[in-house]
Amino acid sequence: MSTTAAPAPGASREELAALEEHWGERPSLRSWFSTVDHKRIGRRYLVTAGFFFVLAGLSALAMRTQLARPESRLLSPQEYNQLFTMHGTAMIFLFATPMLFGFGNFLVPLMIGSRDMAFPKLNALGYWVFLFSGLFMWASLPFGAAPNAGWFAYVPLTEEQNTPGLHMDVYSLGLLFLGIATAAGSINFIVTALKLRAPGMSLNRVPLFVWAIVATAFMVIFALPALNLDNAMLFLDRRFGTHFFDPGAAGNVLLWQHLFWIFGHPDVYIIVMPALGIVSAVLPAFTRRGVVGYALIVLAIVSIAIISFGVWVHHMFATGLPRLSYSFFSAASTIITIPSGIQIFAWLATMALGRLVLKVPMLFLIGFIVTFVLGGFTGTMFALTAFDQQVTDSYFVVAHFHYVLIGGAVFPMLAGIYYWLPKITGRMYHEGLGRWAFWLVFAGMHVTFFPMHLYGLFGMPRRVYTYRSEPGWDGWNLVSTAGSYLLAIGLLLVLIGVVHAIRRGRPASPDPWEGDSLEWSTDSPPKPYNFPVLPQVHSVHPTWDEASRESMGGGATGDRILADGRRTLLTSELDGRRERAVEMPESSLQPLVLALAMLVFFTAMLVAWYPVAAVAAVAVAVTIAVWLWPPRRPDRELGVRA
Amino acid sequence: MSIRGGVAAATGTEALTTELPVGRSTGWWGMVMFVATEATLFACLLGSYFYLRFQYGGPWPPGGITKPELLVPLVMTAVLLPSSLPMVWAERGIRKGQRWRLRSGLAATLVLGVTFLALQAEEYAGKLREFTMTTNAYGSLFYLITGFHGLHVLVGLTMIGWLLAASLRGGSFGAHRHDRVRNAAIYWHFVDLVWAAILFTVYLSPRL
Amino acid sequence: MDTRRDVTTRSAAERRRRQLLPVVVLGGGLALAGCSAGAPSTLDPAGSGAGRVANLWWLLFWISMAVFAEVMAVLAWALLVRRRRDVRVRHGQPLRFVTVAGAGIPLVILVTVYAVGLRDLAALGDDPGPRAPTIEVTGHKWWWEVRVQGVDGATANELHIPVGEKVRVRLRTADVLHSFWVPQLMPKTDLIAGEVRETWLHAERAGNYRAQCAEYCGTQHAHMAFRVVAEPRHDYDAWVARLAAPAPAPQTDAQRRGQEAFLQGSCAGCHAIRGTAANGRIGPDLSDVGSRWSIGAGAVPNDGGHLGGWIANSQTVKPGNYMPPQPVDASRLPDLIAYLQSLR
Ligand code: HEA
Ligand code: HEA
Ligand code: HEC
Ligand code: CUA
Ligand SMILES: [Cu+2]
Repeated sequence: MSTTAAPAPGASREELAALEEHWGERPSLRSWFSTVDHKRIGRRYLVTAGFFFVLAGLSALAMRTQLARPESRLLSPQEYNQLFTMHGTAMIFLFATPMLFGFGNFLVPLMIGSRDMAFPKLNALGYWVFLFSGLFMWASLPFGAAPNAGWFAYVPLTEEQNTPGLHMDVYSLGLLFLGIATAAGSINFIVTALKLRAPGMSLNRVPLFVWAIVATAFMVIFALPALNLDNAMLFLDRRFGTHFFDPGAAGNVLLWQHLFWIFGHPDVYIIVMPALGIVSAVLPAFTRRGVVGYALIVLAIVSIAIISFGVWVHHMFATGLPRLSYSFFSAASTIITIPSGIQIFAWLATMALGRLVLKVPMLFLIGFIVTFVLGGFTGTMFALTAFDQQVTDSYFVVAHFHYVLIGGAVFPMLAGIYYWLPKITGRMYHEGLGRWAFWLVFAGMHVTFFPMHLYGLFGMPRRVYTYRSEPGWDGWNLVSTAGSYLLAIGLLLVLIGVVHAIRRGRPASPDPWEGDSLEWSTDSPPKPYNFPVLPQVHSVHPTWDEASRESMGGGATGDRILADGRRTLLTSELDGRRERAVEMPESSLQPLVLALAMLVFFTAMLVAWYPVAAVAAVAVAVTIAVWLWPPRRPDRELGVRA
Repeated sequence: MSIRGGVAAATGTEALTTELPVGRSTGWWGMVMFVATEATLFACLLGSYFYLRFQYGGPWPPGGITKPELLVPLVMTAVLLPSSLPMVWAERGIRKGQRWRLRSGLAATLVLGVTFLALQAEEYAGKLREFTMTTNAYGSLFYLITGFHGLHVLVGLTMIGWLLAASLRGGSFGAHRHDRVRNAAIYWHFVDLVWAAILFTVYLSPRL
Repeated sequence: MDTRRDVTTRSAAERRRRQLLPVVVLGGGLALAGCSAGAPSTLDPAGSGAGRVANLWWLLFWISMAVFAEVMAVLAWALLVRRRRDVRVRHGQPLRFVTVAGAGIPLVILVTVYAVGLRDLAALGDDPGPRAPTIEVTGHKWWWEVRVQGVDGATANELHIPVGEKVRVRLRTADVLHSFWVPQLMPKTDLIAGEVRETWLHAERAGNYRAQCAEYCGTQHAHMAFRVVAEPRHDYDAWVARLAAPAPAPQTDAQRRGQEAFLQGSCAGCHAIRGTAANGRIGPDLSDVGSRWSIGAGAVPNDGGHLGGWIANSQTVKPGNYMPPQPVDASRLPDLIAYLQSLR
């Protein structure tokens, strides 16, 4: 395949022109706001989540600077508490999940051989809502009104009488607002992966990354409602005087914790799962073979998704619940390590049998294994209630979750960025710069977070804005702080590397890594219609497989070109049999308008302008009504009898 | 070389057949997933009710609130649960291309739904004299659960009214194009079913 | 599918393990043991609760190191051997290796440690028995109210226990959640609003054990420390007796003037001093404030200078705490300090 004007062997020149006509977007201000192209939306997700990552990371640097020495007075406790809360909240909700959704958005349609997501306009809506809710939350920081009760916001601290002001209203409303984007995105992923796969892509040929995204999306569907309900109740308690969490009026403070962690625990896998999917997607290109144990990995993904709903109480091991329930949740939490173990050893086996190509993405995968395994071990230790009661809420826990979050999610993301950069931007990154970035990030990560195990064990609690000098605390804290600067420099190099690639990078060929999944059998960057000819898939590694490749070239059939409109194919859920071609929606400003109306609604709720909120709610309803209003068609086409 | 012809050549026909029952549509899946997440929300809500009740330990409802009366809720149930039937009938009708069935079925469901909301308002008027959302956690739960469900009924009714308006215009739905009808119907059935769970939790369970 | 066991990988793994293990373990062990002497470290336990958990930790630590070595060995082997350009890619599916190493071995390990963990959990949950002394602790934003069951008086941020005996601690909170954590004696128990929780303390050797609130509780969560003093039984009895008795009467003129200032000023509205008219309940009982290890629950050491600074404006010392700056006349401050320091 070539990037020049010559048509691909599959589709004729006229067909390519027709596809370009139907899918192409002339660059204009309007198209910038109205686009529904999953690739543009995916890119925006990546950039926006990256932006929130930098904000949250800089907050962490401020915190680390404060903690470098005992009894430092750089930050006031009020400032520190808002910073750590925003750091945690933003990292989890505004960075990790959206970043991985960004990868999903860009890649899922490409990997399954489709021309867009199932609901492109909903996809655009999801992005705008994510952007606005993120800005909504961060905007509170300059006003000193940012959330300040930790990312899990335990009641009664978060109730009005203990935390007056807007802080926690920003939190509850912001997360409710963001929840719309997350839920919409998840439904979209599920339906896309179920219905829009290329013909021939039966379930046992779905790329592992797509499996991971779908499992994640299912977890979101069943986990997010608990968080939404929790936040709705918190907001009602604070604003309208209800008593859900008030033990003085038949309420209960532990209800918050249960609901939060029924969401919160699956959420940590919501973060790590797509990242593990990235690992499975990147590995084949750098080991020159398919991942060992495809079926085992799918099984592991599915069982993690299920078991993750049965372990939430391990975040409440010190609340004094009955010992019997602790034994149960402790058992469930130990069992959940098994599927992770299977995946780790499947990847190790893949490396041990393949031929390693140590490019930057592969370096990050190796960094991932080393780091994630260590973080997983401390997780397994917490699963034992007795041990957890000793170290919970200490820096040992902070060490655990940064190992799994950075090792398990950020490293794979970085691998993914380097790996797919050529596909996303059409440019290659600078290998030397990438290597430097890797080593700095890797070293920085361990220098920062390894000592946290130590001072956690030495008795240092988390979420303290300062501490008194103790042997074993001050020295290691200083080391952590130094490490965090190192880490920041490494990440800065990543950023520079990306910018450099976009500006100066060598143009990338369609398949610079000789990868195995479908995104590598189309242009870099892909045309707006993704594939001139939708592939007919014959194996799990379609790009490595002659028959699948042939189906897009000489073997192309008109029913997979679909050039006479903005169309893509629907296939059956299980075995990917062709069902019919469907018309995809055009670009539209409705998603933006709807998201803006929601922004007005949530802002009005925040500042208690309820009439404005009511008007905004009506605007939301009207926009949806107009959006979905059925197009008028002649009765003959509709099939009307009466 | 491409192999041409066959289905793709007959664009007109394909447009006609696009909504014939060849597998589930994306819209169907989307609505089912949406309902799944909404159902989870209600499950959490009712779960919270039982959690607070059993953690409280004392007499339930607490604070001297009397156990809920059953008459009005049972009438409400008798109005809401059957409201799914005209909806089913309407959907079956439009699948055969019978527009009149769609219109009259939607109208019947609309009437029943509005009656339900009116009864609920009536019930609230009585309850609010006894306790409000701010009386205690029981009051908060009662109004949150029933109010949230009422909101869902309202959303469902808006969908139905919207379908009715679109179908009265003509040129909207027919045997080949009725995805929106089907999706709204799924939603409405869901709202109906949830009521049964609420009836059990809020009205019947305190008597157990 | 090829499910043959991958022999090369396994034996090489074994070889690597032997080389790597000492390095990793030495580093980790040294860092852990060496740097914490004197800190309130969980690895320097002084009682049976923390002692048990420390043993559990070392078990988990060694197992983790062994499994980590296994993982690193495979990884290192792949990096060393499978990187050469001329290696042939092998397309087998060593599923047996994956299930044994990834599920079988871990399962055995997990079942074992789970059993040990359950045993320890049961031990931590042991009731100290009906005759054990009971200490009532109430968490406030951001200090600890301490009482002994059956005794009228209260103190703050410091509790005493007799060495070698199990002492029941009953935990309540006056406001938000806190967590009671004495790293060297006993793992955490949260203080839950609307409920009562119990734990116990047991010290094998006498000493002062620093402890701190471990559940985030707002602005000054960082300064909500306390101290557990484990002492011989007769010293403990004396402490209880002091709690029951009125605070010492002022001896010098300065102290007398100080007491007057205290009772006439705003102080008495918030603080109690046993045997005087001061019976405020908003702030800590000050009847033995002179003997406390710190002012402001670990914010500053307890000496005259810091005490004066605290009274004049505690907000500079512990920003956000619930004691407002006191308009005490500069001339009366030394008297007030003298009086408070005499309360021991
Ligand atoms: C990406 C996110 C992520 C991931 C993947 C995990 C993975 C795991 N976590 Fe973690 N966890 C968090 C994010 C994550 N966690 C966060 C954010 C918190 C804190 C929230 C807060 O308080 O702010 C937390 C807190 C947390 C707690 C509560 C601690 C406390 O607050 O007291 C517990 C308790 O059980 C726990 C357990 C586990 C376990 C058992 C795993 C397992 O899934 C790990 C499994 C993986 C391995 C074990 C490694 C690979 C396996 C092998 C090599 C096989 C051999 C292994 C053995 C024999 C053990 N985690
Ligand atoms: C994905 C999740 C994620 C990630 C990636 C991180 C990343 C980091 N975290 Fe975070 N952290 C959490 C999730 C995460 N954290 C959570 C959930 C909590 C709990 C919060 C709570 O208790 O409520 C927490 C808490 C937490 C604490 C404990 C606070 C406390 O208990 O008091 C600390 C302390 O050191 C910390 C530090 C850091 C550091 C130094 C990084 C670094 O890795 C950050 C590095 C990133 C950057 C520095 C930005 C990128 C920079 C550039 C691109 C270069 C450009 C900029 C310049 C250098 C000029 N984190
Ligand atoms: C409005 C209430 C209030 C008033 C008035 C008040 N205090 Fe306090 N005081 C507190 C509170 C609350 C604390 C605990 C602060 C903390 O540690 O977070 C405290 C703590 C203290 C402490 C430290 C006790 C300890 O063990 O750490 C001293 C000493 C003290 N107050 C002395 C005084 C004196 C002297 C006055 C009068 C001049 C006074 N207080 C007036 C509320 C008050
Ligand atoms: Cu009390 Cu933290
Ligand atoms: Cu968890």
